[in-house]
Amino acid sequence: MRNSTLLVLGAGVAVMAAGMVMPGWLTFLLTLALAKGLVVMGLLLLMKAGLVSFGQGLYYCLGAYCVGVAGDYLETQNALFLMLIAVVVCVALAAVIGLLLCRYRDIFFAMFSMAFSMILYGVLVKSSAFGSSDGFNVKPPLLFGWTPTGEPGPLMAYGLAVTAVTVVGIFVWNYLRSPMGYAGEAVRENEIRVEYLGSSVRRIIYIKYLLAAAMAGLGGGITALAAGHIDPEMAYWTTSGEFVFIALMGGTGHVAGPVIGAVLFELIRTYAFQISPYTWQMILGIALLAIILYLPKGVWSLVERFTKEKTS
Amino acid sequence: MSALLETRSLARNFGAVTAAADIDVSINAGEIVGVIGSNGAGKTTFINMVTGYLQPSSGDILFKGKSIVGKNPRQVMRAGICRSFQVAQLFPELTVLDNVLIAYGLMQHRVLPMFRPLATGNSIKQAENLLQEYGIESYLPEKVMTLPQGVRKLLDIALAMLREPEVLLLDEPTSGVAIDDKFDLMDTVMQAVRKSGAGVLFVEHDMEVIARYSTRLIAFYDGRVLADGPVAEVMDNEKVKELVTGHHLEIDYKREVAHA
Amino acid sequence: MKLVIAMLMDGVIYASWLFIIAAGLTLIYGVMRILNMAHGSFYAIGAYSGASLVGFYLAGGYPPWGAYLMLLGAAIVSGALVGILIERGLLRIMYGRDEVVMILVTYAILLILEDVIKLIWGVDAYFAYQPYTLLGRTKMAGISFANYDIALIFVAASICFLLWWGLNRTRQGKLLQAVIHDRDTAAFLGINVTKMFSITFVIGAVLGALAGSLTAPGISVMPGIGVEVIILAFAVVVIGGLGSVGGALMGALIVGLARSAAVHLYPEAELFVIYGVMGLVLAFRPQGLFAIATARKI
Ligand SMILES: Nc1ncnc2c1ncn2[C@@H]1O[C@H](COP(=O)(O)OP(=O)(O)OP(=O)(O)O)[C@@H](O)[C@H]1O
Ligand SMILES: [Mg+2]
Repeated sequence: MRNSTLLVLGAGVAVMAAGMVMPGWLTFLLTLALAKGLVVMGLLLLMKAGLVSFGQGLYYCLGAYCVGVAGDYLETQNALFLMLIAVVVCVALAAVIGLLLCRYRDIFFAMFSMAFSMILYGVLVKSSAFGSSDGFNVKPPLLFGWTPTGEPGPLMAYGLAVTAVTVVGIFVWNYLRSPMGYAGEAVRENEIRVEYLGSSVRRIIYIKYLLAAAMAGLGGGITALAAGHIDPEMAYWTTSGEFVFIALMGGTGHVAGPVIGAVLFELIRTYAFQISPYTWQMILGIALLAIILYLPKGVWSLVERFTKEKTS
Repeated sequence: MSALLETRSLARNFGAVTAAADIDVSINAGEIVGVIGSNGAGKTTFINMVTGYLQPSSGDILFKGKSIVGKNPRQVMRAGICRSFQVAQLFPELTVLDNVLIAYGLMQHRVLPMFRPLATGNSIKQAENLLQEYGIESYLPEKVMTLPQGVRKLLDIALAMLREPEVLLLDEPTSGVAIDDKFDLMDTVMQAVRKSGAGVLFVEHDMEVIARYSTRLIAFYDGRVLADGPVAEVMDNEKVKELVTGHHLEIDYKREVAHA
Repeated sequence: MKLVIAMLMDGVIYASWLFIIAAGLTLIYGVMRILNMAHGSFYAIGAYSGASLVGFYLAGGYPPWGAYLMLLGAAIVSGALVGILIERGLLRIMYGRDEVVMILVTYAILLILEDVIKLIWGVDAYFAYQPYTLLGRTKMAGISFANYDIALIFVAASICFLLWWGLNRTRQGKLLQAVIHDRDTAAFLGINVTKMFSITFVIGAVLGALAGSLTAPGISVMPGIGVEVIILAFAVVVIGGLGSVGGALMGALIVGLARSAAVHLYPEAELFVIYGVMGLVLAFRPQGLFAIATARKI
């Protein structure tokens, strides 16, 4: 156990170091992918409990706007402080919405969570103070008073993303092995049994929902800092659809799934878009169908199959 | 002495259907009460009401003299009344070991830990012991989905017994189990139950099983209690014969076969 | 007074439009238990084929009244074509999967169709305003309404009546209701459920395309219209209760009136109000207005 934590930490440092020598576009792509990976890790917690949220864009967007707006109004560029605000605000909102959502399952959960993210979208599109549908620019972040200028700017966001993914990844890894983590699978499999074992299904779902919101807020905040621009599109339902797509692509069997899925997704999208700007969505759609048909446990199941063959 | 568990004029209807009416039943510690009744007689509904899964339309349920109406299954279970299910309620996609580990994990903590692992050396040992007690330890790594009915039923009952209840309600523990295995299953269960000294109520269709294990018998018919008393007495009751066990018919049938 | 009339008329017109879109979606869900995200694409395909066909037709110098037939024909042909292709080619191998997985399957179809549309029609906007202006306008209490929009109300009402009649007064419809009510029992009783699925999906797709082609004259048809529409339709059917045609009608009226009230009184809340209403309804009726509650027996 200790060993695997160390391994992950080591991997985190290695990826961080690799950022120093990577071309700028790759750093940028990976930063955005990792930020999405964070959101999807949260989604993974819900999906393990059988709940597919089509509305994580709500917290992704909210986190980003928190960073942007707080940066402007509080006149701070302290990245860590801004992240904290994003997470706290997201959890606070989730604490209210979660009360309602934890009563729903299946497509109702999916559609209802989507509705909430569309409410935010609707509000933002009409808020001229926040640039309406154009959104607005976010100031570059500071870290412990250090102002990265020029090249180091994106590098800092990258560092932030890698750190967040590492820390959250270790948390989720442990979480999935804990009673609370298993409770998710238990809820998915049989709610009646869970209740008769003395646990409240609603409370289990509620807590997972809060955690997922926190992770999505964090991912959104990092995206805001990395991209330097945010707009309501982040709360649009297609963004949330992307998260579900990534979760499916990576697989829900392991914490690494969302991260691998997110990186793969961004790569496919970038290349597909470059090769044929008119059919990149089609390529994504076909990929999604292929995964549902032939790889229902996601890309991670390939890794598992491979390592099993090697050890046996 | 007042009974451990007692219901007073308990009733429940679903729209126009009366699933239970005027049910007065009591269970004392150490007692093993059999329940018979044809399909739809309201046996499951009765258990559902006592354990808080269904709210009664009227009437009262007293556990150790205190009303437990309005409590949910979690609270009822914590108070000391546990149940098994007609169709085993398990986590089908998970292994038997995981089923038991999760059961322990969920039961032991009011606030579920997020950082401690569920499966530790100790908790696995604990799970193995439990499965051993019910003679199903060999199924440990298997997915519940793939288990034979009997094993599922045993596991379901084992989970109900985890909290060492004072009252145990078993809903058709032997349904779906081959006739030859019914007695083995009941022996295993009863052994565990006797050790705990719990009061037991079990629903059963097989008269031989009833005769062998119960100290008292209750017959349900159409949502009402038709007869309640010593096993032989209830089985001899004319109404029970006519409406529940259908022994008149069975005897006729046997005679005809003999004549043929 | 003027405001109230304007609000009511706009609301009912918008509701009619919503109903035509939502009817197909809810019908497909009711029978097949598939919440079809690609319904938005059917709408878009209908709009594009309607707009381009009307364009060709009028360019040929034929009598302008025929344009309405063109709209109708475009919707039926394109909707049926796409519906059959997708049902036969793809959904058929996916039946029996989890409802949430089916959402993802139809999401993939939506992504694919979005680009198919771009490949066929390009990314420039299409206009086919002639059928819209041809009918002229009517003044009501001093406010002018397009007759085309008013006609939309009658079209929606006819579709509603046809659906009701089809479901309740025909043999096939009654069989379909049996499938909606309990698929397994229906199959057990010898109803050809697979055939019912195909028919329903094609009808649903045609309704989606019809909504698109009827809308085309009033808007500029461009990429992305389907993606916008689908979530509105979701809100409508969720409010009404998934799978219920009557529910879709109620949902459409509620959303239509609420939106038009917002547009006239507080435009900033236009989008917000739709989902606000949906949240409110669901908070009190978790399964929507017209859904049948099902308790799990143990
Ligand atoms: N959730 C429910 N909704 C509607 N009716 C119900 C519900 N649960 C039970 N009923 C009805 O109540 C009556 C009693 O059902 P119950 O399940 O208690 O019977 P039972 O004695 O357990 O029968 P069986 O031997 O078949 O298990 C039946 O008519 C049944 O249809
Ligand atoms: Mg029963």
